[in-house]
Amino acid sequence: MAEVQANKKEGLLLDIRNLRIEATVYPPDEPPKTITLVDDVSLTLERGKVLGLIGESGAGKSTIGLSSMGYGRGGVRITGGEIILNGRDIMKGGRSGIRKIRGKEVCYVAQSAAAAFNPAHQLMDQVVEASLLHGTAKRATAEKKARELFRKLGLPDPDNIGKRYPHQVSGGQLQRVMTAMALCSEPDLIVFDEPTTALDVTTQIDVLAAIRDAIHATGVAALYITHDLAVVAQVADEIMVLRHGKLIEWGGTRQIIKEPRQEYTNALVSVHEIEHEEKKPTDTPFLSVKNVTASYGDGKVKVLKNVSVDIHPGQTLAVVGESGSGKSTLARAITGLLPPMEGSITFGGRTLSNSLTGRSKEDLRQLQMVYQMADVAMNPRQSIATIIGRPLEFYFGIKGAERDRRVAELLEKIEMGKGFADRYPAELSGGQKQRVCIARALAAKPKLIICDEVTSALDPLVANGILKLLLELQAEEDVAYLFITHDLATVKSIADSIAVMYRGGVVRYGAKSEVLAPPFDPYTDLLLSSVPEMEIGWLDKAIKSRRMESAGN
Amino acid sequence: MSNPILKLIVQRIALGIVLLFAVSVLIFVGTQVLPGDVAQSILGQSATPQSLANLREQLGLNDPAYMRYFRWLGGLLTGDLGNALTSGLPIAPAISGRLANTLFLAATAAIVAVPLAILLGLLAVRYRNGPIDKAISAFALASTSFPEFFIGYLLVYFFAVKWQIFPAISTVFDGMSFLERLQAVALPATALTLVVLAHMMRMTRAAILNVMQSAYIETAELKGLRPLDVIRKHAFPNAIAPVVNVVMLNLAYLVVGVVVVEVIFVYPGMGQYLVDHVTKRDVPVVQAVGLIFAAVYIILNIVADIAAIVANPRLRHPK
Repeated sequence: MAEVQANKKEGLLLDIRNLRIEATVYPPDEPPKTITLVDDVSLTLERGKVLGLIGESGAGKSTIGLSSMGYGRGGVRITGGEIILNGRDIMKGGRSGIRKIRGKEVCYVAQSAAAAFNPAHQLMDQVVEASLLHGTAKRATAEKKARELFRKLGLPDPDNIGKRYPHQVSGGQLQRVMTAMALCSEPDLIVFDEPTTALDVTTQIDVLAAIRDAIHATGVAALYITHDLAVVAQVADEIMVLRHGKLIEWGGTRQIIKEPRQEYTNALVSVHEIEHEEKKPTDTPFLSVKNVTASYGDGKVKVLKNVSVDIHPGQTLAVVGESGSGKSTLARAITGLLPPMEGSITFGGRTLSNSLTGRSKEDLRQLQMVYQMADVAMNPRQSIATIIGRPLEFYFGIKGAERDRRVAELLEKIEMGKGFADRYPAELSGGQKQRVCIARALAAKPKLIICDEVTSALDPLVANGILKLLLELQAEEDVAYLFITHDLATVKSIADSIAVMYRGGVVRYGAKSEVLAPPFDPYTDLLLSSVPEMEIGWLDKAIKSRRMESAGN
Repeated sequence: MSNPILKLIVQRIALGIVLLFAVSVLIFVGTQVLPGDVAQSILGQSATPQSLANLREQLGLNDPAYMRYFRWLGGLLTGDLGNALTSGLPIAPAISGRLANTLFLAATAAIVAVPLAILLGLLAVRYRNGPIDKAISAFALASTSFPEFFIGYLLVYFFAVKWQIFPAISTVFDGMSFLERLQAVALPATALTLVVLAHMMRMTRAAILNVMQSAYIETAELKGLRPLDVIRKHAFPNAIAPVVNVVMLNLAYLVVGVVVVEVIFVYPGMGQYLVDHVTKRDVPVVQAVGLIFAAVYIILNIVADIAAIVANPRLRHPK
């Protein structure tokens, strides 16, 4: 034991050799087949070090991370290789052997803490559960340790927050509680699986700093999984780039972000800013939102406060802000889904009815929407042709061969080809699904498409393709966009004018060049400075130079 | 316990009372539109028009319907269920003993059936899609698919006739000890248990399986919990609301749906009583029993609603 204690801070902790992970998939109308998710990946991790696993979705990052706990999600099976943790192959220990490792030697921090905490139990009970289960501490000791960790992670009221239930705590705070939960049983390794991806940029920066400080203070080793290189550059000692379940490149953090050796790494590292020339506003905006105030629950909770913006034909207004700032509510007010209490929306010189029922079919046609989650915005049992053809039938009465011709045309426009017409949403990738949603909106020949976080759920390279497509379509069809996003990098690529929203109000509004030029108001400054930069040491600089606290605290 | 939850509970109870009044109107109207004349049925075909008129006057049958309804309702609220037509005796004392018997039988069946169903549901989830799961489902579905009278006679054949462990006829009387009573109801309680088991078990299984998709189940598995502990500690508490609902539905069935089983085992409960008086067209008794059954349904459903509200941490601990 004494020797183990002495070795605590150095030596090899995790040694994964020639890992192979497979899953059986059941495609419709085809016999089940086995696909390889991870193919011949080896890695080593020293005690107390942080290894970043990076790649796009489907790269096998999470699958590799979870394999260190002997866990396969769904029907995923570890079919080859060795996973040597603390000097022994965990796959040889059987099920009970693996259970003894989970929660004791390796702990897990999930992407969405809001979903990963059990809504039926108090936080403290969940935080100390693993310690009690494995007998590493008595309840009183474990709870004391948990409270210390809450304090260390900067949670408010650390002595009492454990008595709360998950729904009583904000998303950013839950993510820290989850980190405390992972640290509580003093494991040797923590797997962080996209721990800040679901958070607002302004909240992400605090959680990221809290996680990094906790890692350093406790000397725990970590596998840090993310698709965001700028984030992982702040915490990792080494970075491993993965693609389609294969290792692309593995090296020190500085080497990967400064001198990538592989082309794919280079593509990830290089900044994908699209050069977008700002268009000048016209004299007559076709859609004006004037002094709109809207609320939920009979005026009790005001979610939009006196908002006024203009949208010009063929131009893009970007609406930026963190979650809860009222961005999507503004879209709901414009479309009539949430009738404003006060104020009006004028379209083409006349005032639109505030409520949905008062609008004509023609009014509805002119305003189309594209949503963040393309999966759930399409009927899974309808073919792509039916989905895209529906607005053609509904608004224009186009049927039969003419409809098919138009659908083929629209598929061409979104660079997908008519071969997709008979496919179903489940057969498409995330980016393709979003393209279909765009085609469906375009089919109505609208003046305005409201894009609500349309690229947020996509990998950076795919998102980039969607943005380029949107810009091309705008040039061809002269359609205007109301582009809702929390991502400032996207805004630079697509906007002509920008409205920054904060707690239901517009705090900054104007042409892109004006909004993104100093001097900044404190909130815009916070938003801009919170966007991670691919620079070692950026995190410390950003926190030091902040002028206001983020809302997540 | 703070205000929102209290408000919801009071709302449910108030709604239940309103519903009970509505049911009483329905029962009253229903028995009024039935063909036949109460005075005629009491006095028989040979009664003279004069004696019929006298009896109608005496029973207040000439008053308008709403007055008769309020008189009936007023009686109900003071515990007077009226008199049975056939015997002329007050209904309330006759029913109370039988209601107690029915509730005893239902409670005995419930105490076995509910925990057993939930336990089997948990085990079915633990070994889902395996042989144990399939065996549990097959057993439960088979026992539900057989009609109650078939199961009843099967039990009688084996346990009463062949092996002579339990009595075939469930006679109970005042002064019996608890154990004697328990022995008397053993067979009808078993029959009822087998009838309600599958529904509760399948719903428990489905409700928990639904929860097993959640991310927090993965969290629990990654803490190293045993599969059965994951289900018990992390899945089941989040499946309580649907489970409670189906349990209450089956408890109501145990009280209201026992007619067949009571008749088979000649058990002196409400079901027997109801059947006896339906054949005799004894309207006041049918009304009274109908109202009691309706009350049992409504009360159990209110309990289920309240349990579901209390089981929801979002309502119990508002932000």
